[in-house]
Amino acid sequence: MAAHDANLSLGRRMKAPAATRTRHLRKWGLPVETLVLGLTLALWIVMALTTSTFLTANNVVNILRQVSIDSIIAFGVLFPILIRGIDLSVGSVVALSGVVCASLLTAGVPIPLAIGLTLLLGVAIGSLNAFSVYRLGIPAFIITLAGLQAFRGGAFLVSDGTSVFGLPKALSTFARAEWLGIPSLFWSMLIIGLVLHFILSRTRTGRYMLAMGSNHESARRAGINIKRIVFFAYIISSVTACIAGMLLMSRMSIGSPTAGVAYELNAIAAAVVGGASLFGGRGSVLGTFIGALLFATIANAANLLGIDSFWQMVATGVLIAAVVYVDNLHKRRQSGVK
Amino acid sequence: MSLLEVRDLKKRFGAVEVLCGVDLTLEAGEVLAVVGDNGAGKSTLIKHISGVYRRDGGDISLGGEAVSFDSPKEARRAGIETVYQDLALADELSVGANIFLGREPTRRWLGLLPVIDRGRIQQETQRLIDSIESHIPDGATTVAGLSGGQRQAVAIARALYWDAKVVILDEPTAALAVMERENVIKLSRMLAAKGVGVIYIGHNLVEILEVADRIAVMYRGRIVHVTRSEETTQEELIKYMTGYSERRESAA
Repeated sequence: MAAHDANLSLGRRMKAPAATRTRHLRKWGLPVETLVLGLTLALWIVMALTTSTFLTANNVVNILRQVSIDSIIAFGVLFPILIRGIDLSVGSVVALSGVVCASLLTAGVPIPLAIGLTLLLGVAIGSLNAFSVYRLGIPAFIITLAGLQAFRGGAFLVSDGTSVFGLPKALSTFARAEWLGIPSLFWSMLIIGLVLHFILSRTRTGRYMLAMGSNHESARRAGINIKRIVFFAYIISSVTACIAGMLLMSRMSIGSPTAGVAYELNAIAAAVVGGASLFGGRGSVLGTFIGALLFATIANAANLLGIDSFWQMVATGVLIAAVVYVDNLHKRRQSGVK
Repeated sequence: MSLLEVRDLKKRFGAVEVLCGVDLTLEAGEVLAVVGDNGAGKSTLIKHISGVYRRDGGDISLGGEAVSFDSPKEARRAGIETVYQDLALADELSVGANIFLGREPTRRWLGLLPVIDRGRIQQETQRLIDSIESHIPDGATTVAGLSGGQRQAVAIARALYWDAKVVILDEPTAALAVMERENVIKLSRMLAAKGVGVIYIGHNLVEILEVADRIAVMYRGRIVHVTRSEETTQEELIKYMTGYSERRESAA
């Protein structure tokens, strides 16, 4: 019964009323997530056929590693976006959590405690963002932009401006480990993605986030605890950023204060290209993954083909604009606005 | 005993006395229309009944018991549903999700985690849609794709499903096409036929005369006239709405 749940399954819009449905098929055919998935698959097929280096076990594992950390951050950022907010601080939180965790570890704190404390840092940052938005009434864009600066500064302060070396072996090898031929990072992403998908599509909390992003007033009148939802969304965002920060630390074997620069933009782009609306109320974990996969594929393909990374940035920007434009057209048609 | 009784309700906003002692009774199974010019106090009156405002004086009783609501949520819990002018539906959510918003039935996933019982929502929504014959194609449709009349039907269906005792419809046809108005009128009568007391706020007197059992006319914060709809005419209602009859009485 997945299609019953608003905004969550790829096939959802095929359940539109008959009149709208035929109009869709004629005009655009498919929802934007499917379009992006098709684009990604097309890119994989073209690359597989035209190069001998793309569809190799090594390169695919490489893409999986790359998409994992990007996706985890994007999953988190999706939640503030769903409630019509935003979280620009996640890139800096990635760096801060990496150096904090690394510093704790090199100071001899046991691994589980260091991880636990870093996750608590995520809860604290998320609560601070939510408090500022909900109680102080500061726009999410502004407060998390402030966080982007402040937490980056915090990362440099904690690490004294340099990278933190000397992680325990168990941690520095974790990111390179594989299970059933699939990187541990990808497994981590899969577990986090499934949990968040479950929350979003099956629980009241998830439903209330969509409702609040869609129509704040109607959610309030329905007796929904808005405060709880706001805190939940921002805490998810910061905690997943902390998890991504620790995984990145493990992958690089250091805690680096310069890690995760501009990751927030990639994450937001992945969510939006994957069907999330920046005006709230719409978006999915699966779509966000597809968005992240498309960007990871483009980066990898450009690398293999020796295309200048500057062109890659331009292409990514154009893609974001195009996908959002197409989605807007689609949405306007759906609601009958000409 | 009336279903809902309002006695001597008073409210002022600063220096302005918006309600100066309103008396109103509503019986189960009737549609009571409240009409009046802009600023007559209709909205203020219903916002007291639906728990949005707190009164300065007077009493409200529901089913014979005195009530005092601190929030719309409390009023809803007591059985008073309000269908707002702007409908208050979440566009991105499905019809079913909107009807059940804030009151989703849950079940235990794997016997542990509470999850939304989507199957049940889907079923109940479908049954509800069929029962109101409102031409909503499917409970899984998002509300964004619906017409104004269909949206109105979803909002009314929500009130219907939750066994409301009192349903307040605030200008339910204000933004609708003529054909769709008929459907709203039909739904209002359907609510009344189920024993619900319906308060119908409106402007269009032709429509009011068609839908209402009784009509209460407000003028400057008071109810100046209450009549059965078959015993009155548009002309008479307009006289009361514009204060013409009052001026004449004071002149006499």
